[in-house]
Amino acid sequence: MSLKMPDVCRATIARRLEIAAELRRIVPDGVICTETELKAYESDGLTAYRQPPLVVVLPQNTEQVSQVMAWCHAEGINVVPRGAGTSLSGGALPLADGVLLGLSRMNRIVEIDYLDRVAVVQPGVTNLAVTRAVEADGFYYAPDPSSQIACTIGGNIAENSGGVHCLKYGLTTNNVLGVEMVLADGEVIRLGGRGLEPEGLDLLGVVVGSEGLLGVVTEITVRILPAPEMARAILLGFPDTRSAGDCVAAIIAEGIIPAGMEMMDRPATQAAEAFVQAGYPLDVEALLIVEVDGPPIECDILLARIAEIAASHGASTSRISQDEEERLRFWAGRKAAFPAVGRLAPDYYCMDGTIPRKRLSEVLERMAQLSDHYGLGVANVFHAGDGNLHPLVLYDANQPGQLDKAEAFGADILRMCVEVGGVLTGEHGVGVEKRDLMPAMFDETDLAHQQRIKCAFDPELKLNPGKVFPQLHRCAELGRMHVHHGALPHPELPRF
Amino acid sequence: MTPSPALRPATAAELVDLVMQAAAQGTPLECHAGGSKRNVGNPARRAQPVDLGAFAGIVDYEPSELVLTVRPATPLAEVEALLAANGQMLAFEPWDAGALFSGTTGKATIGGTVGAGIAGPRRLTAGGARDHLLGFHAVSGRGEAFKAGGKVVKNVTGYDLAKLMAGSWGQLAIMTELSLKVLPAPRSTATVVIEGLSPEQAVRTMSAAVGSQVSPVAAAYLPAQGGRPSQTCLRLEGFAESVALRRDQLAAMVATEGLATACHDDAPATLWQDIREAAPLRESETLWRAHLSPSRGAALAEALDRAGADWLLDWAGGLAWIGAPAGADIRALVAAEGGHAMLMRGPDHVRSSTPIRHPEAPALAGLSQRVRRAFDPAGILDPERWG
Ligand SMILES: Cc1cc2nc3c(=O)[nH]c(=O)nc-3n(C[C@H](O)[C@H](O)[C@@H](O)COP(=O)(O)OP(=O)(O)OC[C@H]3O[C@@H](n4cnc5c(N)ncnc54)[C@H](O)[C@@H]3O)c2cc1C
Ligand SMILES: Cc1cc2nc3c(=O)[nH]c(=O)nc-3n(C[C@H](O)[C@H](O)[C@H](O)COP(=O)(O)OP(=O)(O)OC[C@H]3O[C@@H](n4cnc5c(N)ncnc54)[C@H](O)[C@@H]3O)c2cc1C
Repeated sequence: MSLKMPDVCRATIARRLEIAAELRRIVPDGVICTETELKAYESDGLTAYRQPPLVVVLPQNTEQVSQVMAWCHAEGINVVPRGAGTSLSGGALPLADGVLLGLSRMNRIVEIDYLDRVAVVQPGVTNLAVTRAVEADGFYYAPDPSSQIACTIGGNIAENSGGVHCLKYGLTTNNVLGVEMVLADGEVIRLGGRGLEPEGLDLLGVVVGSEGLLGVVTEITVRILPAPEMARAILLGFPDTRSAGDCVAAIIAEGIIPAGMEMMDRPATQAAEAFVQAGYPLDVEALLIVEVDGPPIECDILLARIAEIAASHGASTSRISQDEEERLRFWAGRKAAFPAVGRLAPDYYCMDGTIPRKRLSEVLERMAQLSDHYGLGVANVFHAGDGNLHPLVLYDANQPGQLDKAEAFGADILRMCVEVGGVLTGEHGVGVEKRDLMPAMFDETDLAHQQRIKCAFDPELKLNPGKVFPQLHRCAELGRMHVHHGALPHPELPRF
Repeated sequence: MTPSPALRPATAAELVDLVMQAAAQGTPLECHAGGSKRNVGNPARRAQPVDLGAFAGIVDYEPSELVLTVRPATPLAEVEALLAANGQMLAFEPWDAGALFSGTTGKATIGGTVGAGIAGPRRLTAGGARDHLLGFHAVSGRGEAFKAGGKVVKNVTGYDLAKLMAGSWGQLAIMTELSLKVLPAPRSTATVVIEGLSPEQAVRTMSAAVGSQVSPVAAAYLPAQGGRPSQTCLRLEGFAESVALRRDQLAAMVATEGLATACHDDAPATLWQDIREAAPLRESETLWRAHLSPSRGAALAEALDRAGADWLLDWAGGLAWIGAPAGADIRALVAAEGGHAMLMRGPDHVRSSTPIRHPEAPALAGLSQRVRRAFDPAGILDPERWG
């Protein structure tokens, strides 16, 4: 790995045992500092990057989090928050001189309130556990990342995670009403609540998606929704990706926002079919799964309409799920797409850019050229409704140079996403992975306006440093204005 | 004091220059597009008005991408007409508050609407302005042009500054371009009005309906007035067959609860417009807008009745519009139910002596101030708006 992390503080590393002892005073049964045990925390879902932390602390309540933060702040020690460690961008990558603050033991559902239709949970509760807790009463929690069995609500907040249903039901940010969080200096604040609008600035809005750089979230209030009466899906195959893309646009133009709309290219379809025998056609260049939900009559009408639209766009396969089992079989292939593609090569690297949908075929064509150029295969799964593309770059880490090649290929893909009017990441976050690509999308001034938010929350830059920002400027330096003593640049320009 | 004539920068470069100069000299600025909300806030503001009228027009709109890019001074009505012509809408149901505040409509702009975070009844289920602003270009109080977010509906690249910008009342930065998520407009709509419920029954009914598969998109309550019984209003949207079916389901649900005295779906077209504009409270001396947990809406309503204030509830009980005589301590009543209240309209002497916005908890106030200063270190962007 070629990534430069912030300079390590040797003096802090030398204090490891003393730091562990101090943390143990705050959390007596929750400090880890033996080398073998630390190794379990050395990476998150982006396994190409590894670094065991200085110490791990696993608090059980907000008070302990606050004390840990206050103590680390006073001692000038870095802290990295961690949920389940499923981040795909290295957001939870530890620091050699940093305390890893794990929230996994704060995993209680605090309250469920059906009158206000909210669940109040601790950050270590898994995404799926929220739905499990309310489904018997006919409710669910809408954002459903594929990692939902494992990933935590705290991690979802930090990454603003999405799922296959987010076109219709929104991302994490659209489904969170309030948080309690501990700032870098240990202060505990609450943002939002159960109402819909904050009393002042919408700070909650900027905390969601802030990748653990602004504070440690210790309690979350999420909205829960009534589960739809029924969900049905249609499986569509197309002889080329352009027709599939046009079909997606036509469905939306018809006024239909499906609950989910997923596309797979030929390599992904073939791999998935070989892996789980979902019944996918093998003679298609693009496969589309479109799901609708609601009252049965609505599902019937929408599916009939979608089938008509697909036919007029040259679909060569068109199958409506006849029962729940068939619907789940359609999804089984899509859900297994990552591991299925994983069987095509020893390793794969999952990218996550968003593009304007109309540029899809062009992007896929250029990606095929890049694939030839790098000599590495690529398979694509695509959240077609919202333009979020997941190219899976195939490589073999045991072949010298292939990881570097895969990373270079991935970076080219993301730069191309920005070039066609899209963005670097649709749902996995910047983390360390896309940190150095940020200048492809934002100039110095743009980034400085973002980093000043960081400074407002964490002026000493001790929380999760080395992530998101390609260069972390000292806050005093960023605060300076370019205008001094009323002297302006370009005094020759006309004034108002 | 008499306000100076508005400055009218013609380009983003001129705007940068103007703000930079104001920052250097400590001259407060107040940007407005339509200026329809000038009267919100402390009346004795000394800010130099900045007219953003030159930043108007549609930049890019592709219906099938569900994204609209527009300049801030574009009239809201123009934006809505363009979307409607393509069968789409701004789902947060923005509205022109001109009638409520100055008696004239048609001046509201898209920049002012997002800047003020205006959303209507559908906000209950579709989200607010914050949920639909995808990205923007702006000039911050530092006099620097910058951008944030993107022009696609799914994006987590960098901090989500769009959320912060929506509802920031022009106090962080002046937007010069906005990208908004748009959605298909419903093909059909029906409203079920249940008459005669008490506030307590109404809040329970709205909660049960919103929490059911009937899925109303909006739920509001108008208390009894004159000879008219109270009205609990539930709006259904979608494809015609689905709406018809869910309307019947809702009627059946209401009947089994034994609550309804009447249930019909021929609500006057102006019903929802009146609710979102708080039309029944138009003549009140002061007008407040309060946000709280929906389940506390009924208790607040009862407290307001005891205090002799007029009110209506929207967002299933989570939004209360309150009309009261000057001097009534509405904020205390709202705070007692765990909510917060903003003074929306009132005579000058009330607005100059009452904090316009609800005071934030001290730790939060400090943080908010640091965030404001991050964008506007000299404190020149409409600093006196909230008194
Ligand atoms: C809580 C609340 C209080 C309200 N009070 C009033 C009121 O007292 N009087 C009234 O007429 N309407 C009021 N409204 C209604 C609302 O302001 C109008 O409906 C709005 O939509 C009119 O748009 P405009 O273009 O005229 O806004 P403007 O009055 O021009 O602007 C509204 C706000 O947005 C900011 N803004 C405008 N353009 C930009 C931009 N480009 N970048 C950043 N910020 C920008 C302004 O600084 C101002 O703070 C209120 C709404 C709410 C939610
Ligand atoms: C197989 C697989 C499939 C995936 N599918 C999806 C998908 O469909 N959609 C999607 O959006 N993502 C997906 N992801 C990515 C990942 O699951 C999400 O980003 C998830 O939200 C991370 O949660 P976590 O608990 O594992 O967080 P971690 O990985 O532990 O941490 C992620 C970030 O959050 C911060 N953090 C964690 N907890 C807190 C807290 N309490 N307070 C403050 N900061 C905190 C960390 O510092 C780090 O920056 C997938 C990952 C895998 C491995």
